[in-house]
Amino acid sequence: MNRRIDGFTRAAQRMSVKMPVLDARTLASRARIAAAMRDIVPGEGVIDQPEELAPYESDALTAYAQRPLLVVLPENTAQIAAILRWCNEQGVRVVPRGAGTSLSGGALPAEDGIVLGLSRLRRILEIDYDNRIAVVQPGVTNLAVSQAVAARGFYYAPDPSSQIACTIGGNVAENSGGVHCLKYGMTAHNVLGLKMVLMSGEVVELGGKALDAPGYDLLGLAVGSEGLLGVVSEATLRLLVKPQAAQAVLLGFAEVESAARCVAEVIAHGIIPAGMEMMDRPAIHAAEDFLSVGYPREVDALLIVEVDGPQQECRHLMTMVTEIAVRNGAATVRVSQSEDERLRFWAGRKAAFPAIGRISPDYYCIDGTIPRRCLPEMLRRMSGMAVHHGLRVANVFHAGDGNLHPLILYDANVPGELDRAEAFAADILRTCVAMGGVLTGEHGVGVEKRDLMGEMFTDVDLAHQERVKWVFDPAMLLNPGKVFPNLHRCAELGRMHVHQGRLPFPDIPRF
Amino acid sequence: MAHQQCHSPATAAEVLEAVAGALAGRRGLEIRGGGSKRPLRMPVESAALLDLSAIAGITDYDPDELVLTARAATPLLEIEAALAERQQMLAFEPFDHGPLFGAAAGRTTLGGVIAANVSGSRRLSIGAARDHILGFSAVSGRGEALKGGGAVVKNVTGFDLPKLMAGSWGTLAVLTSITMRVLPRPRAETTLVFRGLSDQAAIRLMGAALALPAAVSAAAHLPYSRATAASCATTALRLEGFGPSVDTRCRELLRALAPMGAGEAVAAEESGAIWRSMRTLDALPREGHLLWRISVPPALGWRVGEVLASLDAHIAYDWAGGLVWAAIPEAAPRDGGARADGAQADGAQAAGAGIRDIARALGGHAVLVRAPPALRASLLPAAAQADAGGDQGLKALHQRLKAAFDPHGILNPGVDLAGEL
Repeated sequence: MNRRIDGFTRAAQRMSVKMPVLDARTLASRARIAAAMRDIVPGEGVIDQPEELAPYESDALTAYAQRPLLVVLPENTAQIAAILRWCNEQGVRVVPRGAGTSLSGGALPAEDGIVLGLSRLRRILEIDYDNRIAVVQPGVTNLAVSQAVAARGFYYAPDPSSQIACTIGGNVAENSGGVHCLKYGMTAHNVLGLKMVLMSGEVVELGGKALDAPGYDLLGLAVGSEGLLGVVSEATLRLLVKPQAAQAVLLGFAEVESAARCVAEVIAHGIIPAGMEMMDRPAIHAAEDFLSVGYPREVDALLIVEVDGPQQECRHLMTMVTEIAVRNGAATVRVSQSEDERLRFWAGRKAAFPAIGRISPDYYCIDGTIPRRCLPEMLRRMSGMAVHHGLRVANVFHAGDGNLHPLILYDANVPGELDRAEAFAADILRTCVAMGGVLTGEHGVGVEKRDLMGEMFTDVDLAHQERVKWVFDPAMLLNPGKVFPNLHRCAELGRMHVHQGRLPFPDIPRF
Repeated sequence: MAHQQCHSPATAAEVLEAVAGALAGRRGLEIRGGGSKRPLRMPVESAALLDLSAIAGITDYDPDELVLTARAATPLLEIEAALAERQQMLAFEPFDHGPLFGAAAGRTTLGGVIAANVSGSRRLSIGAARDHILGFSAVSGRGEALKGGGAVVKNVTGFDLPKLMAGSWGTLAVLTSITMRVLPRPRAETTLVFRGLSDQAAIRLMGAALALPAAVSAAAHLPYSRATAASCATTALRLEGFGPSVDTRCRELLRALAPMGAGEAVAAEESGAIWRSMRTLDALPREGHLLWRISVPPALGWRVGEVLASLDAHIAYDWAGGLVWAAIPEAAPRDGGARADGAQADGAQAAGAGIRDIARALGGHAVLVRAPPALRASLLPAAAQADAGGDQGLKALHQRLKAAFDPHGILNPGVDLAGEL
């Protein structure tokens, strides 16, 4: 597309993903559409001035950016329904958006479509401690749910790293995970019900306060559907009781193989840690240079293992974990002796992205999953790819569930490096699939991995998924250009592009 | 149950062939794994039988990765035995419907468990079958082989078709292979037992336990029952995990709940027996009784019991009150004398509609699990009633989904999930 958008050219110039052909009639009707939207959402709810549209031109995957036709910010379900009904009748595309923290371009606007921002729906509607649930609007942030119930000892388990900013609506759309999802599940396992507005304007209730619902599992389909099936206007979330205590241990290994064996053995002993993270040598060094949290520099792999529960359980599990680690040749074993120390252990891991940002002008964050046993082989192959593409790579890894986040270091100002980084990324993701893994563990397909879907699914597989799209949105107006490859396959890939160390949300952790 | 034709494919390719053939001839297929749940949702009898029993066997089990793949009609017992050998389990505690229908145990298959989203007592804490399926291969009603999901525990690539398959009762696609997430078996367990509580007090106690950091994995309540001559009502809270942790939590939970009732911890063996009996619903009478399954918000479960008392129901509560099993005499209540079949059916139908209404009013739903064939038809929601009731938008989505996967309605014709909304 590569079009220049006044005022916001940097990212747009780099944009190479193909989006659906623009609808000239819609583009020509901008004023009429704005007027119709103002009838539905009076006051400040409709944005059409170029400078005010700027913040909406991309999500956290800033490599892809374009100006939306308009932004509409409804305040309630009825307005969402009226907007969608009108757009459906008029054939206008709609891109739903929460906080815009997607790392896969899930909220990338359409130039001929409106962005439906849910940020004004930020009320917690009900907290029902008797049934251990909270009913919230989609614009409530992830962390706000936990904060609202903390005084009674509850929390909402999924904790994506952007949780201070990202919203429940976005979490539902992306089926967000987090460091603790190995033990406590992804968003899909923690949502009991949704009120969802279809593109037709119809409002449907999926699930509810009961633990199951009759009929097909439309709730399961809706969670993780990346905004293609409907717009969430209320979510019923499961609340859990906060564990009494948590303890973490740093385990350093001279070889990646020993670390991988340690992870497998922990699980074989029946332990599902609350979190189990791995960093490779380049990531360890970047984090340590940045924050000096005390990570060992002389190891090839660092594990952070966290256990939680009653004090006695933490103590017991920590003893088991450290014994397993020592048996597998851990060179460093440091158990957190205080809450402060536990948080310090995590600080380096959570700062891995900005730490890499300090040592490289730009980086791509990749997100794929492999069977855990393939990790050593994957890292070996990645070293080979790094040589082949002439770029460095650092790895952080949700070791418990095989979710990789390689960070490819490059400099967009050096001609050809961006292309090489994209080719490197595609090689990694193809290798994930070839090893029996998948294209994305938690960031979503979005526009980013859309054109790689054929690596994992046959045309028949994809056609069955696309028909589900048609069931919910026959005119294909909701979040166009996402998840499913276009007719014209485009091998161009993008990742979370970070230019000159500037993250789209510089103040929130990424891991 | 006379089928005009019976297919017994031995491979996924033969399943594809059978479905494609049925599609070409526009013939219905009854999809059957072990057949243990057939009486629950019976396809029309004109359908040919697609007997999947030869599509069996574990094809991949990697304990380190917490992943198991098996062909669809692999007996649940075989899977559980393989997992037990490595101290692992299907954590959602699926169970066998066979005994509920007076049939032999052991016929249940993994495919049946997934197709019916069968989840036992631990569903309360660790999710349902739909939360543990990672991927599948199947043949849709379009006569095409497809797969969905993956074989790793963390995956958000594309729409979550595995969840759609869970609970779809073979009406969208014929499952041929299923990949499940498995978890370590708890190394120790105990159950805290409280006696003599009313339903409402028991549900309050279970709710209080779940609001404490004790990680209660299952919570059930069996009211006093004449049928089984249980001496008094029993409320059970299960604690699982590593020994030292279970011991600590047990002590702390007993102390914290003391103001609500005096409980005692039972040994692992007895604890296991309590929860096994919840799988077979030993506490409820079978002979001459309908079985209803009613799912409501947990804190409201006791209100279902209160209403059903007028129907002489025997009740078992699981999921801390969120799941109510009710055995109700086939004969209309408080009617000692024999009645004509028609009158019995009328009374039962009114009662059936009433139970569905109560469940709906409380924010849940009710399913008739067991009924004599003669009575069953009259207890299902009447077509006219079904068309008018429920959420029309949801019904339309169901019908379009069915059409997307099975446009000619050849898979399990007569099983209409939209009609149950």
